[in-house]
Amino acid sequence: MKKSQNLKKLHLTHLYPEQMNVYGDWGNVLTLKKRALWHGYEVEVHAHHPGKKFPEKTDLIIGGGGQDSGQTVIQDDLLLIGPCIKKLADQKVPMLVICGLYQLFGHFFETASGERIKGIGLFDIETYASDKRLIGNVVTETPFGEMVGYENHSGLTILSDDQRTLGRITKGAGNNGTDKTEGAIYKYVYGSYLHGSLLPKNPTFADALIEAAAMQRYDKFDAQIIDDAFADKARAIAIKRPR
Amino acid sequence: MNRHQAITRIGKAARKISRLRGGSGSALPGLIIEKLDPNYLVTALDSLPHGVVVITGTNGKTTTTKMVVHMLRDQGLKVFTNQTGSNFVRGVIASSLTQMDSDGIVDADIAILELDEAYATHFVKKIPPKYCLLLNVMRDQLDRFGEIDHTAKLLEKVAVATTDGVVLNRDDQLVRALSEKISKQTHVRYFGLSEKLRKKFPSDQEMYGTHQPHTVSLPQIRSSDVILDSIKGSSAIFAFGTKPQPSTKLKLTGLYNMQNAAGALSLVRMIMDKDLSTETLLQSLSEVKPAFGRGEAIEIDGQPLEIILVKNPAGFRLALSSYGSKPATTMIAINDNYADGRDMSWLWDVDFSMLDKVAVVSGIRAYDMTLRLQYDDIEIGLVSTNLASALRSLLQDDGPKRIYCTYTAMMQLRTILEKSYDIGAIDA
Repeated sequence: MKKSQNLKKLHLTHLYPEQMNVYGDWGNVLTLKKRALWHGYEVEVHAHHPGKKFPEKTDLIIGGGGQDSGQTVIQDDLLLIGPCIKKLADQKVPMLVICGLYQLFGHFFETASGERIKGIGLFDIETYASDKRLIGNVVTETPFGEMVGYENHSGLTILSDDQRTLGRITKGAGNNGTDKTEGAIYKYVYGSYLHGSLLPKNPTFADALIEAAAMQRYDKFDAQIIDDAFADKARAIAIKRPR
Repeated sequence: MNRHQAITRIGKAARKISRLRGGSGSALPGLIIEKLDPNYLVTALDSLPHGVVVITGTNGKTTTTKMVVHMLRDQGLKVFTNQTGSNFVRGVIASSLTQMDSDGIVDADIAILELDEAYATHFVKKIPPKYCLLLNVMRDQLDRFGEIDHTAKLLEKVAVATTDGVVLNRDDQLVRALSEKISKQTHVRYFGLSEKLRKKFPSDQEMYGTHQPHTVSLPQIRSSDVILDSIKGSSAIFAFGTKPQPSTKLKLTGLYNMQNAAGALSLVRMIMDKDLSTETLLQSLSEVKPAFGRGEAIEIDGQPLEIILVKNPAGFRLALSSYGSKPATTMIAINDNYADGRDMSWLWDVDFSMLDKVAVVSGIRAYDMTLRLQYDDIEIGLVSTNLASALRSLLQDDGPKRIYCTYTAMMQLRTILEKSYDIGAIDA
C-alpha cells in the first residue's frame, strides 16, 4: 500500500472506548482501520468520552459492550448525544453497536429490580435483564452472508413486529433465545450481541460498513481485493466448535 | 470404623484402581467421595492446628502457592497442598487422599489451597479459611465467570469468610477495595509494587474501564506489608514495610511472578507471626522454581525452550513485555477447550506488534490467532492445528525457542515433550 499518497480520509467515532470495550471490541476498530487502509482509505479514529463534545466529523460509529458499572457511567451521556446519533443515522452514516450499546440503542434496559435504563430508541427494541447468561458460539444468516461470533449476555432483547433483525440464528441464542432473531438493523445502523471480535471473522460485513462510510462521504467506493484466507479458515473452524 | 473412615478407604481404593488403569488418580476418587459425602473435606481438614489457607485470584495462583508451600516447609511446618491444576473440589479431595492417615484426617499442620475463584466461594462456605491471599482480578475466561465485576464479588465472598487475616494486592483497585468489606476482627495486610515499578504493569482495569463507584485510594504502607521495591535482572529487592531487605536472586522470572512473590512473603509472615525465621525466608524464596509453563526453560537438543502459559489478555500482555524482547523463535498455540475458555475475543485485546515474526501458529484456534497477527502485520511462518507436527517444526529450528500457549495446549505439549523427547518427566 502506498502510504505516502494522499489517501481519502474516513472519520471513525469510537463510543466510550474506556467503558464499553470488554469483549475484544477494540478488534472491530482495528479491523475497520486496517481494511479501510487496504481499500485505500485512511481512517482517523476519534474517541468519544462521557461529558465530552461529540466528534464533529463522523463517517462511521463503533460501540461495544461493557460491565454493568461501565454502563452506569455512560448512560446519561448517551441520552445527550442521542439526537446527534439519530441525525447521523438518517444521513446514512453506518454504525455497529455490540451488546451493551446495542441494548441502549433501543428503548430501554430493564434491570432485575424493575428499574428502566433509558436508551436512545433508534431501534424499536426492549431489553429485560434475566438470571440466565446466554453464552457461546453463534452462527447466523444475515444480509451479509453467514456470520460467526460469540455471545455473552444476560439481557433478553425483544424486537417490535416492525423492527428488522440483523440475522436468523442457526446456532446459539441471539436476541432472546426463543425467536431465533439476532441483532437489529435501522438504515445503516447495526446492533448485535456478537463479539469475538465480530468484524475480523466476518470481513464481508466489515467491508459493507466501510463501503457505506465511503459512499456517504464520497459517493463512491473502490474496493480492492483482500486476501481473506485466514479469516475463511478461522470461520470454518469456529462454525464447527461446540457451543 | 466410622463413615468418614470407610469413605476414605473407598477413595484410596478407587485411587489405586484409577492409577493402575493409567489415570492420574485425580478425578475418579474425588468424584466418588464427593458423591458419598459432600462434607468429606470439612472433616478431613477441620482439625489442622494452623488451619486452612486459600490462595485465589486470576493470574499466578499455581506459582504463588508453590512459593508459599516451599517457604512454610522451610519454616518447619508440615504442609498439605492440592495438586497443580486440580484446583476444583475433586482435585482437592484426591490430593488429600495421598496425605491422610487411616482415620481420614489430613496429617499436616496447615493446608495451603490454590482455588479457582468460582470454586473458592463454595469452598469457604463449608470451610472458612483462617487466612487468604487474593492476587488479582483480571479478565479471564469471561465466558465462564461472567464479568470482571462479578469475579471481584467472588473474591469478596472469600475475603469476608476469612477469620483471621487477609492479604490483598495493593495495586489492584478491585482487590484493594475489598478492604472495606472485611470485618474489623480480621487483619488486613497488603503486598504490592513500589511507585517506580507500578508504571511497568499494565492494569486490566485501566484497559477495561471497570469503574468502581468510588475508588479506594492507596493505603499507607505498614511494616507488615511487603513491597517489591526493585528488580535487577533476576534479582529482586523486597521491602518489609519501608525497610528494604537484602537483594534476593530468584529462579522465578517475569515481573508478575515477582509481584506475587511479595504476596507470598506477606502471607507467610502473617501465618508464622512471632515464630518467623526471617533469615531462611528469603533464602527459601530464592529456591522456588516457577510451575511448568510459567517461564522456566527446558532443554531440548541443547537448546532452551521456554513454555509460557497465557490465559487472558492481561497475562498475555505481561508475558510479551516480560519475555518478548529476548530473541527466540516463537510459536503460539491457542486452544478453546472448556478450561481455556471458548471465547476467542481476548486475543483482540492483546497488542502483538512487538513481535516481528511468529514462526509457528498452532492449537485448535490456530487460524483465529493467525488472523489476529495478520491485523498487526506480523510475519507468519507455519500454521497448523496439529500441535505435534507444529512442535516438531519449531524444534527443527536452531537457537532458543519460546512457546506461548493456553492451558490445555500447554498440557498437550507437555505430554508430547515427555513422550517424544528424551527429557524425562517434567516437574509440575
